[in-house]
Amino acid sequence: MRMKILLMGNPNVGKSVIFSRLTGVRVISSNYPGTTVGFTRGYMKVCNEPAEVIDVPGAYTLEPTCDAEKVAADMLKDGDVVINVVDATNLERNLYLTLQLLGTGIPLVVALNLWDDTKHRGITIDVEKLETILGVPVIPTSALTGQGIRDLVKSIPKASSPHNSSMTLGERWTRVGKIIEQVQRITHRHHRWYERLEDASVKPKSGTVIAVAVLAASFFVIRFIGENLITYVFDPLFNTLWTPVLMKLSAIMGGSGFLHDVVVGKIISGEINFVESFGLLSSGLYVPFAMVLPYIVSFYFVLGLLEDVGYLPRLAVLLDTTMHRLGLHGYAIVPTMLGFGCNVPAILATRVLESRRERFIAATLVCIAIPCASAQAMIFGLVGKYGGEYVALVYAILFLVWIILGTILNRLLKGMSPELLLEIPPYRFPPWQTIFQKLGMRIRGFLIEAVPIILAAVLVINILFVIGVFDYIANAAAPVVTGVLGLPKESVTAIVIGFLRKDAALGMLALSTLTAKQMVIGSVVLTMFFPCIATFVVLLRELGIKDFLKSAAIMIMSALITGGLLNIIL
Amino acid sequence: MVKSLSELSPDEMGTVLRIHGGRGLVNRLGALGIIPGAKITKISSMSSRGPTTVLVNRTHVALGFGMASKIIISVDRT
Repeated sequence: MRMKILLMGNPNVGKSVIFSRLTGVRVISSNYPGTTVGFTRGYMKVCNEPAEVIDVPGAYTLEPTCDAEKVAADMLKDGDVVINVVDATNLERNLYLTLQLLGTGIPLVVALNLWDDTKHRGITIDVEKLETILGVPVIPTSALTGQGIRDLVKSIPKASSPHNSSMTLGERWTRVGKIIEQVQRITHRHHRWYERLEDASVKPKSGTVIAVAVLAASFFVIRFIGENLITYVFDPLFNTLWTPVLMKLSAIMGGSGFLHDVVVGKIISGEINFVESFGLLSSGLYVPFAMVLPYIVSFYFVLGLLEDVGYLPRLAVLLDTTMHRLGLHGYAIVPTMLGFGCNVPAILATRVLESRRERFIAATLVCIAIPCASAQAMIFGLVGKYGGEYVALVYAILFLVWIILGTILNRLLKGMSPELLLEIPPYRFPPWQTIFQKLGMRIRGFLIEAVPIILAAVLVINILFVIGVFDYIANAAAPVVTGVLGLPKESVTAIVIGFLRKDAALGMLALSTLTAKQMVIGSVVLTMFFPCIATFVVLLRELGIKDFLKSAAIMIMSALITGGLLNIIL
Repeated sequence: MVKSLSELSPDEMGTVLRIHGGRGLVNRLGALGIIPGAKITKISSMSSRGPTTVLVNRTHVALGFGMASKIIISVDRT
């Protein structure tokens, strides 16, 4: 049997970074509790023997108080060795779990992580003394820089399980206090500017100012980077390099015909139109690479910064009261913010929420009212042509839907929204390398998942068009689409394709000539209507079939009602 | 002076006397170091029964108004 090593510790102490260092498997890590909600497996060698390493979700205690802690407590049974990752800048709180782990009798090694941070926080820890007291190897590490990882690996065979009697909660904290007295010294020093900023960002007045500034700056930076990437990098690439190639190919293929239209796309007034031609090599590549990718890059760059600095938990505190009206507590802002990138990780992140009811509300609201980066990129691109005010209108409508639907769900669903209880991490300034590594992972993820599906969608659309299936669907759906939503009946095809991907679907709206009002309604309905296939699968898995059907029914109803109302009002 | 954590003003310090709550709450707070005897400093609280942020064991913790009112503090004289 392969040795099984568990990485355990409090939330947000850097378990995932150590995991990446040990196994070479890259996982997303951030500066807030609850980034890892499932567990990740990887492999490494210990004394030339293969061993399995498991990155366990963070836990404050082995007596589970939430789902993530339940996962952690359950996994403990199958472990051979535990590497207890401890935040050296916060030894008191972390040692509580260490004492609990020692009580289980499982062989233990302690990784004293964030070691490099202790110096400028004025903390000195006597590692040798701590080792003697605990009776297990204690290794100082700085996972971000890799310091101490080699020693940690060497220490794994020395993991030991000294005998420890079980203690009550109070006794355990008393013991922690005694250990701290012996091993830790803190030099008093003046508050640094970022520590003042930490406090200021959770105070009502200064906090609101900071939140507005941070969110406005984020939006501005995302648009700035995204737009400039399109204007100065991707558009020129496609127009100067790719267009000539495609025109040649078009000439070779005879300029028209089914195969020509599938591969190259329709030639519109003598030219290739990357949005409307809708061939595999024209729109099929232009939509993911030149319309969506730039915004994926810019969005995840900004989100990565917010995550790693540790701002999101503070936003949770500020928005807690508002979120309670929607049946959620402040921490639901984390899945919500992730949803602006992609709804899939957002739905997974709802696991940080305590109750089923909360997870249902959060996941449903994300699916309906939070447009993913792909959808947003298309909204910027397509709605933006009619003027920025229409883009703002789409966002305003979705925001209203989020508030109103949340309030309704909170009233209708039985139960209460639990209260916030959340550790607020210190502000940290991760090296740029870390930020760009994470960005790289997310871009790769997008390309691997999105490009094949978009190409498949373009192919399917072309084939169905030729067979005439879409005409049939369009005619059947005309009463609803034209009657209720006021959209041309062909738009139903976009709604059908929305099931595959939102970007491809929004791209289809460009195929018919729409007025600004129709474009706004179309974008809102497509965003709200039904999750894309990837989200669909995750939602089904997370909610179970019954709640999933409920959630899907809410999506369809609210999309039709909102679209219908907009058709009347606008 | 004895107050609940929700009644404490920002920057006031004190010691936790007791927690009026069931086992679940005592365990959840306990795992974060909020136990009788713990030194606690209030940092801020949001208006209209919003969450309270405190410093306990060198850790910043945000907790809901309801929880904060169940934590009874003996306030240090300043």
